[in-house]
Amino acid sequence: MHISTDIWIWIAAILTLCIYSFLYKDNPFYKFAEHLLVGVSAGYFFVIYFWNLVVPNLLTPLKTGFGTLFSGGGFTGDLAALVPGILGLIILTRLIPKIAWMSRWAIGFYFGAFQGIIITGYMQAYILAQIYGTFMKGADPVFSIAYFGNFFGDPSWGKVLLAVSGPLMIVGVICTLTYFFFSTEHKGFVGGVAKIGIVFLMIGFGASFGYTVMARVSLLIGRLQFLLRDWLGIIS
Amino acid sequence: MRIASLVCAFLVLAAAPALAAAEKAGAAVVAGDVPNDAGGAIDVTWQPSPAEEEIGFKGYEVQRRVAGEPEFATVAESVVGETTFRDEDAENGVAYEYQVRVLGAEGAPTVLGTAEAKASGQWFNTARSNALAGVLFTSFVIIFFILRARGGAELFVRKIAGLEAVEEAIGRATEMGKPILFVSGLADASEISTIAAMTILAKVARKTAEYETPLIVPCYDPIVMMVEKEMVRQAYAEMGKPDAFDEDSVFFVTQSQFGYVAAVDGIMLREKPATNFYMGAFYAESLILAETGAATGAIQIAGTDRVTQLPFFITACDYTLMGEELYAATAYLGRDPLFLGSLKGQDWSKAAIILALIVGTVFLIISTDLGLWFAKLFETAAS
Repeated sequence: MHISTDIWIWIAAILTLCIYSFLYKDNPFYKFAEHLLVGVSAGYFFVIYFWNLVVPNLLTPLKTGFGTLFSGGGFTGDLAALVPGILGLIILTRLIPKIAWMSRWAIGFYFGAFQGIIITGYMQAYILAQIYGTFMKGADPVFSIAYFGNFFGDPSWGKVLLAVSGPLMIVGVICTLTYFFFSTEHKGFVGGVAKIGIVFLMIGFGASFGYTVMARVSLLIGRLQFLLRDWLGIIS
Repeated sequence: MRIASLVCAFLVLAAAPALAAAEKAGAAVVAGDVPNDAGGAIDVTWQPSPAEEEIGFKGYEVQRRVAGEPEFATVAESVVGETTFRDEDAENGVAYEYQVRVLGAEGAPTVLGTAEAKASGQWFNTARSNALAGVLFTSFVIIFFILRARGGAELFVRKIAGLEAVEEAIGRATEMGKPILFVSGLADASEISTIAAMTILAKVARKTAEYETPLIVPCYDPIVMMVEKEMVRQAYAEMGKPDAFDEDSVFFVTQSQFGYVAAVDGIMLREKPATNFYMGAFYAESLILAETGAATGAIQIAGTDRVTQLPFFITACDYTLMGEELYAATAYLGRDPLFLGSLKGQDWSKAAIILALIVGTVFLIISTDLGLWFAKLFETAAS
């Protein structure tokens, strides 16, 4: 057993235990760690955003643009940074109650512009690519009568999976989409199809649940390794 | 009709460079503008040289000069295993002459051939024609149903259990004299699920204003906080209780994922809200939030479009809105013609997708080639 002599490991270990004390109940140690984390992270992200967003996207282009302008080089594209700069300042009008309404302009611009930009991306990634992926796996179709022919000609598990997985996926997609169809009551034929859809969804969620729990367990293991190896030195 | 003509004109103009390149396909070296780009790039392709089979073959060398100038400059050397090169350093509108040389085992390089091309940017990306068609179709259907809804047509929306429970959950908090906690996810305001969460918050805020139930809205994103504060303020004003709105009820916490979770967990334990709403985009924190909420005995309604987090909400919450149900919530709760028409439009767009899947399947059954042709209609650059 070789307990760490590094002060930062001790601080990290004690704060980890403070957070884990929440598993018992709310207590002053947890409150301390919680407030420390919130305060430090808020300050940390402020600095990160300033240097990673404000400086390269606003201050540097403005410095270059005004530098060129005042040295007689005329207007350059760098000065376009004035537009987001002004919109950003308009957001700060919220701090002055009398003109706080002006902040809505910037928010409206942000929402409108972004929705316009992403609409084609969403159409491609979430609709067209999904439909294409339902039919195709790489350059081959997911479903073909020939796959069944291959299976009956020379049966094997690989061939039966290849033949069945495609139709299963297409049926699953259609049934799941039907579940999310809100314009008809889920009764009769539509209700039956929607029920199959919810079965597909739950199977998918179950698989996802197991997979994610495994990932979370590995996070816990990582933390325990830190406590037992890096801090206490119990394990090597 | 004019729009259709304009689109056709764009398609023809955009396809012109590719057609020209195809005409030259028989040549040893072909150069052409890269299609569907913003300009500044030229593709050079060449026929493989018989020298490739020789021992000591060193590859190909691509040289470039502005047409009319005397000297070539090398832009790519020792190209092995490939017969294409993309020059991404071309100036739009300038005619470049490309020369491909074979670097054999011995002696001076031999010229395989030359070709000339100009780079240009295209206004219309033909690879995204299907996306344009999809957006136009969906927009048309949505606008059609919005106009119908505004015209007074009765538009049916089926019962959604999670949303039926919203009023009950708010009523429970009111009866118990405890606050309602609304968490609108950990994404920024550009996420559709965050926007859906905001509109649900507005509906919840109208109810909390009506019943004078305390509302707590800790925010992860500062822009989201600003918008939500405005929406809650507006909701209180609309209900005739502007003075009941507490400025501090909607507040920013931090943009650190687990810092935010630690703070919200603390709020749950100290304020003991009777009802927790988790609406929007969530990540690894979903189960931590939902488990803590369940431990405090709160009734919990969650809604997210994050497939990986839905299982956690389903297991730990009383009601869960899955994906599209979250988007439908606004129309369902408010019955506003704009949202109702949008929901209907999305529904019939989904019906069109189902139809496309059925047609494609039938085509695949009839003939694999026919099915492949149909599938290609939905192919995108990302596919």
